[in-house]
Amino acid sequence: MREMQEEVVFVTGNEAVARAVKLAKPNVIAAYPITPQTEIVEVLARYVESGELRSEYIHVESEHSAMAACIGAASMGARVFTATAAHGFLYMCEMIFWASIARLPIVMANVNRALAPGWNIWAELKDAMAHRDAGWIQFYTASIQEAYDTTLMAFRVAEDRRVMLPTMVNLEGFVLSHVMQPLRLVDEAAYDEFLPPVRIPHALNFERPHTLGTLISPEHNFLVQYDNNKCMRAADDVIAETEREFEKITGRRYRAVMKYRCEDAETLVIAMGTLAREAEVACDSLRDKGEKIGVLRLRQLRPFPKAFAEEVKRLPAERFIIIDRAYSSGYGGILAEEVKARLYDLGIIKEVKSIIAGLGGQDVPHEALEKLFMDKQGGETWYGV
Amino acid sequence: MVWSVSAKEAASESDAVRAGTRRVIEIRLHSRGGQGGVTAAKMLAVAAFLEGKYSTASSFYGAERRGAPTVSFTRISDHEIRKYSQIRRPDCVIVMDPTVIDAVDVTEGLKPGGKLLINTENNIDADKFEDYEVYTVNATKISLDFDLKVAGAPVLNVPIVGAVAKMGIVRLDAVRGAILKMFPNEKNVAAAEVAYKMAAML
Repeated sequence: MREMQEEVVFVTGNEAVARAVKLAKPNVIAAYPITPQTEIVEVLARYVESGELRSEYIHVESEHSAMAACIGAASMGARVFTATAAHGFLYMCEMIFWASIARLPIVMANVNRALAPGWNIWAELKDAMAHRDAGWIQFYTASIQEAYDTTLMAFRVAEDRRVMLPTMVNLEGFVLSHVMQPLRLVDEAAYDEFLPPVRIPHALNFERPHTLGTLISPEHNFLVQYDNNKCMRAADDVIAETEREFEKITGRRYRAVMKYRCEDAETLVIAMGTLAREAEVACDSLRDKGEKIGVLRLRQLRPFPKAFAEEVKRLPAERFIIIDRAYSSGYGGILAEEVKARLYDLGIIKEVKSIIAGLGGQDVPHEALEKLFMDKQGGETWYGV
Repeated sequence: MVWSVSAKEAASESDAVRAGTRRVIEIRLHSRGGQGGVTAAKMLAVAAFLEGKYSTASSFYGAERRGAPTVSFTRISDHEIRKYSQIRRPDCVIVMDPTVIDAVDVTEGLKPGGKLLINTENNIDADKFEDYEVYTVNATKISLDFDLKVAGAPVLNVPIVGAVAKMGIVRLDAVRGAILKMFPNEKNVAAAEVAYKMAAML
């Protein structure tokens, strides 16, 4: 590992993301403020204003325009960043799909927040999960350090020639965006080496004129989609490779599947984001009482990690508990249903319990999780109902 | 490749909790919007961080407005903090505005024997808080003496954090460091030091 001077600061999750973006030096930032994301674009605007960051900062009148501007800039070969949350994310929905089908490596931070009515600014994953099928790589983070590190890695993954797909980094509103934690900064020179200059092979070019996004006939459209999926699948390996390279410069280990006390666990809790970390605390307490329980945290939903299947096949767990901070009405917990589908693919028929918790910022303490884990009833349980 | 915390590594952490060698301090601050409660929570977290500990600072975000009761939180630990839920059983409660006592139950969930700091110019009815280790400080007077005002109102975070050092939760030199990092002005440090001297246990 390279010896380097490590700098530590004490910042919010939002500022951590802005600091990561500053290191990536995007050519263009186009964004519209929305709670709880606003601080990200505020801090970036300050960097641009002071000259610390030489990005073209485009002030837009809406999120739809923000993503449209990102698409335009990336189509010209630029490195691009934007940030959003909840209603802003939904407002850019049309452009979100465009960005992925056009294979533009836009990086976006999404600060997860619930959807109105019943105006609610607090954490829920539905804003991102509603875009599950949009063709974006989706990361879900569980600490301020992880939000920073994942943003740094997102640029490299998105811009990798084998991937060329837009990538979103999710951090939960308030619980991560507004909480302050110590943050270990990555050395600028080391990161410059880690992230090669952006090169988008199909970018518009005056010397070699071509058009993007014209009419595409039924003989070809499905091929575009087939190709997109191939790249999304390839992204799984590129992410793993990027995480290993990142570990070399920082010593910090991230993997698609983060395991906590899983090896001999009879019960496996599967979750994403900060609820998975809170579940670890509940897990420790239950282990002290003799329960064999572990927590498996998924860091990415798309591409759904291959490592998940490998681990589930290997681990001895007989019972699965899935925590969902987003719900598909009339169907089930979104992560729970994804996990069940994977288990079916693997021919694993085991008991699955689905816990719906933390919607609209509902506070979910580890003591409550402990009780929910011990409740032997299967099926679906809504915490607080 | 999957990153993993082994059962052995984690068990040694549980042992540390049981043996009491793993120290976690959870602090809740009651204030009114505009008094600097959120900043005080951050300042405490930075001070703990400067001592080499893990810490987080947060607030309950709702409809903040000047004068409304607000709650902020600081968690301090020797190990990485994995709790993101609200603090329900604090080890320490700080009341930055004594009039909040009439509006909310400030000792709710406070552990028996827990520490309570109240900013007040009056004597506190000790019987009311007999289960706790109670400290008082006249932070408002200190703030006014040092002319620490924002929009005409005294800002209490600096003297409050100085008083918290007296309670043994963070060290005074770390408080000094946190203030210099956040508000680099010797006047702020001096106000914290006066509060440290003035803060007294009932």
